Amino acid sequence: MTYILIQGIVVGSLYALIAIGPSLVYGLMGVLDVASAAALTLGAYLLLVVFQASGSVLLGVAAALVLTGAAGWVFQKSLYVPILDRGPIVTLITSIGVYICADELFRLVFGPLQQSLGIQTAIPDLHIAGVEVTGINLLIIAIGVGLLLLTWLVLTRTRYGVVWRAVAQDRDIASAVGIDSKKVIGGVFVIGYALSALAGILYALKYDSVIPTMGDVPAYKMLAIIILGGLGSPLGTIAAAFLIGLVETAVVAQFGFVVPRDAIAFAALVLVLLIRPQGLIPSRVVRA
Amino acid sequence: MSYLLVLLITVTILSTVTVSLNMVVGYTGQPNLGQSAVFGIGAYFAAVFATSYSMPFWFCFLAAGLIAGVAGALIGAISLRLHQDFFAITTLGLNFIVVATFQTLPFFGGATGLYGIPLPTIAGYELDYPGLAVCSLLLLLCAVGVSLLVNRSWFGGILQAVREDETLAASLGAPVARYKSTIFVISSIFAGFAGCLYAYFLSTVSPQTFGFNDSVLFLAMLLIGGSATIRGAIFGAVLLTIIPELFRFASEYRMLIFGAVLVLVLRFHPQGIIGEDSLIARWTANVFTDKRARP
Repeated sequence: MTYILIQGIVVGSLYALIAIGPSLVYGLMGVLDVASAAALTLGAYLLLVVFQASGSVLLGVAAALVLTGAAGWVFQKSLYVPILDRGPIVTLITSIGVYICADELFRLVFGPLQQSLGIQTAIPDLHIAGVEVTGINLLIIAIGVGLLLLTWLVLTRTRYGVVWRAVAQDRDIASAVGIDSKKVIGGVFVIGYALSALAGILYALKYDSVIPTMGDVPAYKMLAIIILGGLGSPLGTIAAAFLIGLVETAVVAQFGFVVPRDAIAFAALVLVLLIRPQGLIPSRVVRA
Repeated sequence: MSYLLVLLITVTILSTVTVSLNMVVGYTGQPNLGQSAVFGIGAYFAAVFATSYSMPFWFCFLAAGLIAGVAGALIGAISLRLHQDFFAITTLGLNFIVVATFQTLPFFGGATGLYGIPLPTIAGYELDYPGLAVCSLLLLLCAVGVSLLVNRSWFGGILQAVREDETLAASLGAPVARYKSTIFVISSIFAGFAGCLYAYFLSTVSPQTFGFNDSVLFLAMLLIGGSATIRGAIFGAVLLTIIPELFRFASEYRMLIFGAVLVLVLRFHPQGIIGEDSLIARWTANVFTDKRARP
């Protein structure tokens, strides 16, 4: 039981890291950004390349976060903002196209096989109630819970949070009162892609492997999480991430791999939405 | 020759699905990401009836359409409760649920799928590739005909009103719920028929053929060609089937080219290559009006 709980929280933390960026982006622009799952793979590969070249993990992580964040800024500037007024389906399919391209580029550049990182985390393992928690899982839980608190703090207690909510509520009016909407959108993309890269790095460390297809499952699962949490509601997204993580782990532990893992997330999604069409914690600023 | 015939049948069946998807996405504005699940339901039930129960072709064909229609009614019911992005992602989820069902239940052959579907026979005459090509072309014609009928009728007009503003349409007394459900059923029946032909054509069905990727593919075909137009739907289906075939010599780069075409078209020409108000459509319109203007 404790084991399921801890595994669920670990998985949930990773999901939360991946989904929070796209959730903030959705709040601002109404775009479901599948391409940010490519940032996960990009982050992991940047860590691999820089680590192998320099031998420094910290340098690798820093390079991964900075470069992936920059990639996010370029993406929104060149692709999403110009087609915003074409409606949600066009932008969704565009972002899927970007994801396919990125996926293929990773495969062509780094080869289709999985590569080992060979990095040991220095965090000691812990024993809670007779269950062993590995160092990397501790790190993931710490980052996941930290992210939850940080998101809540930033959104409700700081100027950045107010600005985000203002732009989310009405981009034009926010611009009219002197908020630079473009800068806010760009900033959110940088942060979102960097967090996605962080999730990729943690994935890579946890399973000690980097593979071009590692973003495939997160790509659509984060959509389920964002929708389940209530569109444009960052806290709902985090709650949904932990919920999906726990439910998946529990069902798989109970029934084994008879039930495909991905179907569980979406079955949960369909069930919850039919009862609560506005999502778990609906956004008060974004009308869906 | 045989290769061209295979290509023709594939293109025609996929065009039929895209045309059927257009009724829901293009005319009614419902972002349906689950069309390949319905297509798969048609294919799978046809395959089950043809292999496990040795039913004749006409029975499998009708059953596939009927069961797909029921599935469409369910999706239509969901569309009444969930809107826009919520609906898009829920239908996306249906792909995973349907594929998981195909994979898990022994009734559907499990992970390996079903194989050994016999060639269809109509009135004692066995249909091979040329016969299947004729069948699929006829089906495509029917789908196009029904699309035209829908688009030019009052029914289609109300669907367009739903697309532009659902609340407003309802407030003006349009029976939104009934019409939306109806168009979902019609669209799904055609997808189911197409699925049946596809199963007979491949003589085998496997779960992964009808997943999320294919739903995205159908939607991509529609958007690239031009949403809300029949010519766009067919053009998109032809283009996105032919491109991977043309680049067979560079098979390493096929998916990259596919993705790049998708992104470039939608970024620089989001109305679709020959959709309404696209450059080509405007240009041809000009050419024809000029000719008529000059005596």
